[in-house]
Amino acid sequence: MTFARKKIAGFAAVAVAAALVLSGCADTSGGTGGSGSGEGEGGGSDNLSITFLPKNLGNPYFDTSSEGGKTAVDEFGGTFAEVGPAEATPDAQVSYINTATQQAVGALVVSANDPKAICDALNEARDAGVKVVTFDSDTNPECRDLFINQADSEGIAKVQVDLIADQIGGAGEVAILSASANATNQNAWIELMEEYVASEYPDITIVETVYGDDDDQTSFDKTAALLQSHPNLKGIISPTTVGIAAAARYVSTSDYKGKVAITGLGTPNQMREYVEDNTVTAFALWNPADLGYLAAFASKALIEGEITGEEGDTFEAGELGEYTVGADGVVLLGDPFEFNAENIGEFDF
Amino acid sequence: MTTATTTTSTRVIRDYDRPLWRRIFVNREFAIIALLVLVAIVAAVTIRGFAQPITANYLLLDVAPILLIALPMTLVMITGEIDLSVGSMVGLASVVIGVLTESGAPFEVAALAALLVGVVGGALNGFLVTVVGLPSLAVTIGTLALFRGLAVGLLGTTAVTDFPETWTALAKAKIAGTTIPYIVIPFLILLVLFAVLLHFTPFGRGIFAIGLSKDAARFSGVDVERTKFILFVLSGVVAAFAGIFYTLRFGSARGDNATGLELQVIAAVVLGGVSVFGGRGHLHGVVAAVLLIGVLGSSLRLAGVTSDVINIITGGLLIFSVVAASVLAWAQRVRSKAGPPLRVAASPAP
Repeated sequence: MTFARKKIAGFAAVAVAAALVLSGCADTSGGTGGSGSGEGEGGGSDNLSITFLPKNLGNPYFDTSSEGGKTAVDEFGGTFAEVGPAEATPDAQVSYINTATQQAVGALVVSANDPKAICDALNEARDAGVKVVTFDSDTNPECRDLFINQADSEGIAKVQVDLIADQIGGAGEVAILSASANATNQNAWIELMEEYVASEYPDITIVETVYGDDDDQTSFDKTAALLQSHPNLKGIISPTTVGIAAAARYVSTSDYKGKVAITGLGTPNQMREYVEDNTVTAFALWNPADLGYLAAFASKALIEGEITGEEGDTFEAGELGEYTVGADGVVLLGDPFEFNAENIGEFDF
Repeated sequence: MTTATTTTSTRVIRDYDRPLWRRIFVNREFAIIALLVLVAIVAAVTIRGFAQPITANYLLLDVAPILLIALPMTLVMITGEIDLSVGSMVGLASVVIGVLTESGAPFEVAALAALLVGVVGGALNGFLVTVVGLPSLAVTIGTLALFRGLAVGLLGTTAVTDFPETWTALAKAKIAGTTIPYIVIPFLILLVLFAVLLHFTPFGRGIFAIGLSKDAARFSGVDVERTKFILFVLSGVVAAFAGIFYTLRFGSARGDNATGLELQVIAAVVLGGVSVFGGRGHLHGVVAAVLLIGVLGSSLRLAGVTSDVINIITGGLLIFSVVAASVLAWAQRVRSKAGPPLRVAASPAP
């Protein structure tokens, strides 16, 4: 009898605890939910608290974009915050989107780890009055107010293929080292690169696409494996800043240096030493700080009701000037930028 | 069963003779429940945005797969075994649903197929552990890789996102008039079933007996192999059920769904007072531990703490709780001078 009573007491205790936790959550609402949120579509608000949610933290690319966002938020006198998961997975991102909803922030600026999986959470945030701006990697258009596009996919695919073609003399085997297999933007670029190679460079063959998961060591190992399994490889395109740096690091200390070209999307600070030691001739990117800066100003325009995300809406983005919202709520930052030994010294990000 | 259960219950009854504060410090389950209440109250008072109804919704949806899988995991770990393949099973179940619905099968059929895959996967683990006689740690590390490999292999790098609206909505729907999601209903049913199975049936006493001493359990008539086999099947099928929920909640079937979930489950089970050597544990401690980790994560995120610091805090809590339990057990042993603790006395030297 005591045996059974003890069990029942145990379950009763946990039930009481759970009830306390949940009723604690339920009873004392107010004070937090109402501050500056709850405006309907297009309505103005002064809740200029803007939260950046990158794919993951500890990624220099997103450190730079968040820095740009913070610069903009400081300029117009809002409150800046950066949150994010350690792993670039959509389920981890959903928790942070929910957190932003609980905090009733003015706007959430997010780079999506999956175009669909975070949609419901984003729409719930929007229902609660949060403006949602995607940047770098988009969700389905119905889940956000605006997408700040770094450069259109055609331009990005084209610049990388042109760079590798130039570096390998327009012919030979090429491989791609991407980030995660589910990254929306990477997959779109790879598809366009394949199309562009097929139509413009018939002598170039893309032999394999491998995934380094935006992890330095994994990307490094995948580079080694690529070079071993394809002895005739002449070049690697890595459309991710983590991947290209790891690939360049591997090649710079191997016999492949000078024989295998590395290009793709990289940041000047990460690629500087490989450009200086001639492992890498040229690579491309936009300025992620500008991207974050533009996203923050777009958020401000949405919060204040200056724009709603309709095609043709225009807004001021500080020192970047005026931007116009395109079809499907997309704002284009500009053309990709090509970095090489001559200009890399002028950049620091 | 005689020696083991009698001695355990005598020891626990002795817990009840102690004053409340002593019990809280000595009894792991009480300590975790007390900590849960404390953390929830502190969070509600000090952290802006925590004390609102929607918190309960987000929190429960976040921890639901962990809560579900922790139920069979508790039973498996009390027998002294472990199932590391559950996270991969969630992914595989998710992919099975994705592949089948994409090829035109109704969602209900796909979900049943996913549960069947859970049964088969669990039976495979059970077979390798009980019939072939391999250690579950090695077996389930193998099936962790196998199930994940199958999941990614079947669906490739794509994601299936087209699921019936009624089902995806149900996965997130709130019980009318509250912010409590519907997922708590199947969870509570399973909790009651597992609690009855573990704490009120001969089968459950067999589970404890196996964890205390496999040989003693066998001599007293417990079918050790059959018990473990059933537990691995239960673990597989519940993981598959969590996979259905996971797929619907995110509206996305992906090969990498729920990567690393097994570690969160095992951490919660250990924090909840289940001995990694088997023979000891209570479901209410585990449920409290899962909620504690959920409340900590939710409130720290609201406070703007970064995810790596959250991992450090929850990991530190886990290690502290395990170390504290050992230190207290050692202190008790020294004070009572009654020789080694009964659990150790009852089990043969490893």
